[in-house]
Amino acid sequence: METECPECAGTVSIAAPEKGEIVECPECGVELEVVSVSPPALALAPEEEEDWGE
Amino acid sequence: MGRITASIAGGSGYTGGELLRLLLAHPRVEVGQVTSERRAGKRVVGVHPNLRKRTNLAFSRIDDLQRCDVLFLALPHGASGERMDRFLEIAPVVIDLSADFRLREAEEYPRWYGHPHPHPDLLKRFVYGIPELHRAEMRSANAISSAGCLATAAILGLYPLFAEELVDRAKPVVVEVKTGSSGAGAEEGLASHHPERSGVMRSFKPTGHRHTAELEQELTGPSGERPTIAFSATAVEAVRGVLATSHVFLRKPTTERDLWKVYRSCYGTEPFIRLVKENSGVFRYPEPKILTGSNYCDVGFELDEENNRVVVMAAIDNLMKGASGQAVQAMNIRFDFPEEAGLEFAGLHPI
Repeated sequence: METECPECAGTVSIAAPEKGEIVECPECGVELEVVSVSPPALALAPEEEEDWGE
Repeated sequence: MGRITASIAGGSGYTGGELLRLLLAHPRVEVGQVTSERRAGKRVVGVHPNLRKRTNLAFSRIDDLQRCDVLFLALPHGASGERMDRFLEIAPVVIDLSADFRLREAEEYPRWYGHPHPHPDLLKRFVYGIPELHRAEMRSANAISSAGCLATAAILGLYPLFAEELVDRAKPVVVEVKTGSSGAGAEEGLASHHPERSGVMRSFKPTGHRHTAELEQELTGPSGERPTIAFSATAVEAVRGVLATSHVFLRKPTTERDLWKVYRSCYGTEPFIRLVKENSGVFRYPEPKILTGSNYCDVGFELDEENNRVVVMAAIDNLMKGASGQAVQAMNIRFDFPEEAGLEFAGLHPI
């Protein structure tokens, strides 16, 4: 399946998608959850905030 | 596959050494001569020790330069301007890494460089050396002027926003660049003496930096509307690397997704520009450290919706995409070689 990243609008391709699967956008690296296979749809799967250091 | 002969005038400095490193490994190039007046007759590895066992070349004198297919000029600013007539006779293609032919308008030289241009008649012959902006002109150019390192990073970060007319030209674009010590060249001075330079975060040109002129020139709109650039430069603790952070106010509200589209449509097929804007990990935005020795320019951005501001970050290795790497990229385009030839190194991590 091929669909659009909701974060950066980049193209995300998944060979054998399963609902609930977590994938990474190849462009912006955000984690995405497959919320629907047909029609294909992805939603942001926010990671836990990390202390990135300042 | 045929090879071309390339020579370097002024090969004892950092950009000359970096050019030599790249050209010696280039699959389509034979290095002819490398000149240095002070070191004529001496081995080039004496000043470029990383090239031991790569070359037995000794420095020549500039007056002994033979004809070649492409001549790179890595001379101090001002030196190529005076002798350009002769250089153009030595090679059908000249690529000048100095600032002497970067500005198209002669009247800009007194303003930014404090002296009239010695050869204003030649200025229009030069193509400004950022391939991402001038690739088509480079294909047939006989004279290419490599862009300044700070200017390269800042322009590549800002160009898509200007090209799409998203910038509110009534407001200045604030550009703050951080640079390592090699950008100051191989000539020693008190400011580069280790006890003075080590550990600095030194504002060395808060206003009036010469590279501002290159931004004004390259970001001028199609109808001649000049941008207002507020440019500041800071020296930081690094040998190589430039990070340009630019603050751009937009004409109208936008979204991060739309900005992604703007940058992707401008740079999606560019071999040496990577969009870097990630939600996790240590290197979320462009970081010069991991670009050391590579020809990449990493570009990232973040939208400040409240103020209708985009913060654009662009990182390069100043000796590579900011000088010698970009010059070799221009040569590849001019001679119809694969654009990445000789420039495949990906940088190091960790470093």
